[in-house]
Parts: sequence; structure tokens; C-alpha cells
Amino acid sequence: MTETLTAPEPTKSRRGIPAPIAMLAELTHRCPLSCPYCSNPLEMVRRDSELSTETWADVFRQAADLGVLQLHLSGGEPAARRDLVDLVRAARDAGLYTNLITSAIGLTQKRLAELDEAGLDHVQLSLQGTDAEMADRIGGYQGGFKRKMQAAQWIVEAGFPLTLNAVVHRQNLHQLPEAIEMAVQMKARRMEVAIVQFHGWAMLNRGAMMPTREQAQEAGRIVAEARERLKGTMVIDYVPADYHDDYPKRCMGGWGTTGLNITPDGLVLPCHAAQTIPSLTFDNVADRPLAEIWYEGAAFQAYRGTDWMQEPCRSCERRTVDFGGCRCQAMALAGDPAATDPVCIKSPLHHKVVEMAEAFSEDEETPLTYRVNA
Amino acid sequence: MPDSALPAEAVPVIPRGVRLHHDHVRDGWVLLAPERTIRLDPIGLAILRQIDGTASLGQIVATLAEAYDAAPEQITGDVDAFLQGLMERRILEVRP
Ligand code: SF4
Ligand code: SF4
Repeated sequence: MTETLTAPEPTKSRRGIPAPIAMLAELTHRCPLSCPYCSNPLEMVRRDSELSTETWADVFRQAADLGVLQLHLSGGEPAARRDLVDLVRAARDAGLYTNLITSAIGLTQKRLAELDEAGLDHVQLSLQGTDAEMADRIGGYQGGFKRKMQAAQWIVEAGFPLTLNAVVHRQNLHQLPEAIEMAVQMKARRMEVAIVQFHGWAMLNRGAMMPTREQAQEAGRIVAEARERLKGTMVIDYVPADYHDDYPKRCMGGWGTTGLNITPDGLVLPCHAAQTIPSLTFDNVADRPLAEIWYEGAAFQAYRGTDWMQEPCRSCERRTVDFGGCRCQAMALAGDPAATDPVCIKSPLHHKVVEMAEAFSEDEETPLTYRVNA
Repeated sequence: MPDSALPAEAVPVIPRGVRLHHDHVRDGWVLLAPERTIRLDPIGLAILRQIDGTASLGQIVATLAEAYDAAPEQITGDVDAFLQGLMERRILEVRP
């Protein structure tokens, strides 16, 4: 989600492939919470397979050399890494803009001061609900909300610029106005409102979490109104519900054009859900230089550009706008990663997605399936 | 378009979490902010370089006018639009 204005021709690109701008480092899959929409894969990486501090530091340097400007330290819960402060320092030393994506659980005042001193640029705090009842139920962790709110206060007191990140779905969508109010109270400069995206664990929770079409539209209205009202106070980025849209999203800014993900054990992915595509193989930072993986790796080449497309994408005027949507969604819903994202109104499967979304959103029985740690 | 121009006494400040950075791979200057990378053209860069947390908008315009040998009235509009654009995105702040 990185915006570039009037990007000049990248000078060091190879064969017309642009250098990446953003990298998401999944430092660990461990997390004290068990959010049912967690984007981590169902098969999680265990602690003893996680990359070492030194390897991460090397990957950060390679990323900066490759052209990455923005680094997102994510997880699981990145604070579960004991060496988080060292990792932040290494990222800053490499010259990267360093963003911590956290539930804040496990962050102490002392640790925040150390992160501050290490040069952390920005904190992105996730919100599961606006009260303890909702947040603790969605996060699957009693007392989590209280700890989060305490840590949030410390983050603000330490002076970190803050983004509040609210994932909304059928069960908490009614709290959206309150979530926006909370972000304003916390003096967040930015808020991200994301309707749950169905990847990872969320795929198991479509029945429990799929918003209704009316809810999805209502969320859009709430965000539009808040944007207008809060102009100059807080910026709101919005990720709409994709099962209820006519056109798919441009995933990752275009496959292999803008960003990359590193898993806790060092696999380099074109997007965080790419492992759900069984035909892809991924390189590991332990085996190959990052630049080579980006420019030549099979997984990155697979869906770069438009050559791989089938109809209706191949001849569609939007093909360089949305690049045919999400490959992982095509895999999940059409059984073919090169198919048109079935969310698209031009996909022969679109009507099925509409019916499915409706059926899921009316499901009143399926309970939440929580993510389980490896 | 902003509703009204910033007063000449306003002091623009680059807030914490926003950094000017030389992108050596693409050979250009960028402004790095939360989830945003803003590529700067020479004018944008020149404006941002004048922001030191003490210089007022009026002073910045005067300095640029002299450097570019242009009339301050000509420059004011550009500077104002650029700064207000950043302010709207919470990438820049001003002290009145
Ligand atoms: S989505 Fe929830 S469970 Fe998954 S990493 Fe984030 S906080 Fe942890
Ligand atoms: S047909 Fe393909 S390229 Fe065209 S709008 Fe649909 S997904 Fe995008």
C-alpha cells in the first residue's frame, strides 16, 4: 500500500522489472492472540526454524540495496522476538523506513523506549474490537484488550506516529464509528480500515465473518463520511470487502512489481498468501541473493506483467489496472491461479462468488475457528 | 484545492516519522512517511530543504524567490499548494 507520485523510470531495473519499494518481514509466526482472520498460513513456521538476528540484518541490507524503502516488521507478533530492538536497529542502519505492525501485547514501556532509541519510525497497532468483550473474544485472549490499551497509551506517550488498524467483519462492523473515534482520541495520524480479506485462517471463517452486502456498503459510507469530517486530522485508508465488489483489487500493487514478503524461515514470497498456490516454488534467502530472487525467481516471474493471463483478462482494458486481481483468490475460488479473479464481474464464476458471499453472510451457526499456534 | 492560503507567519514542520531520503537505486529524493513514499521533483525538494522548524512560510518563499530569481508572488502559490497537500495527508504540520 505504498503510493508513489510521478515515479521516474527506475534506473537500475533489469529488463523492465521495477525494483521493489516495500518489504514485509514476518519475523515470527508466534502470537499471543488467535485472531480467526489471521493471514498467517495454516501451517506455521516453528520457533526453531526462524531466521537469526544476523540473517535478518543481512536481508535488510540486501533489501535496501535492491531498492526497498519501506520495511514492515510483522508476524505473528513481532514483539515475540526477543531481538526486536536489534532488528529495528539493523533495519535503520540499512537505511530503511521501519514500521512495526503489532497487537502491542507484550510491549512494555521499557521496550518501547528501546525501540524509540533504536530508531523505529512508525507503529501500526491492530484493533480487534472497541471494547474488551469484543476484542478479547475476536483475539481469543482474555485481558488482551486491557493490555493493548495500556500499551497504546505508552506508544502515544513515547511520541511514535501511530496508525490504528481495524479489521472489520460481520461481528464487529457496528463498532466501526467507535473505532474511528478511538483512533482520533489516540491522535493517530492514520487509520486503516480493512474489511476482512479471505486468506489464511479467514478462509475457515467465511461463514462466521462474511459481512452482508448492506454492511459492506455501510462501511464504505462510514469511511467516506469520516474522511471528509477528519480531513487534515487523520487519513483513512480503506480496504473494501472484495466478495461484494464488481472488480478485484490490484493485489500487492501488481505481482512482482512493488513488494515482497519474507516468511519467518526465510522464504521469499510475492504476496503473503502465495504459499496457497501449490504450483509455485519459493527461494530462500539462505540459498540465493535477494536481488536474484526478485528479478529471476520462478515464483516472481510466474505472474509478473500480463503474459500469463487468460481471457477475459488478456484482452481487458483493465489488465494493467488490476492485473487480473488476486492470484491466491483465483486459486482458492477457481482452482486455477492464472484464472481471472472470480470477484471480477467479467469472470464466469462471478455469480457464484455473489451467491457464496450471500450464503456465508447469512450463516448464523458456524462458530469462529481460532488460529492455533504452531 | 485548499480553501485558504497559509499565513506567511506559519512555520512548517516535518513531523516525527517523516524523513527525507535519497533513493540511490532510483536516483532521486523521496519523502518517507507511514505507508507513503512521495517522490520529489526538484521544486518539492527545494521547498522541503528550507523547512527547518524555525523558518516561516514567508521566509521560505523569500529564500526560494531569490534562489530561483523569481517574484515571490509567483512562488507563494506553488509552495502553499505543495505544503497544504502534504498537510492534508498528515505528512507535514505547521505551527501558527
Ligand atoms: S492477526 Fe491476530 S493472531 Fe494473527 S498475527 Fe495478528 S494479532 Fe496475531
Ligand atoms: S477481466 Fe481481468 S483484467 Fe479485466 S477487470 Fe476483470 S480481473 Fe481485471
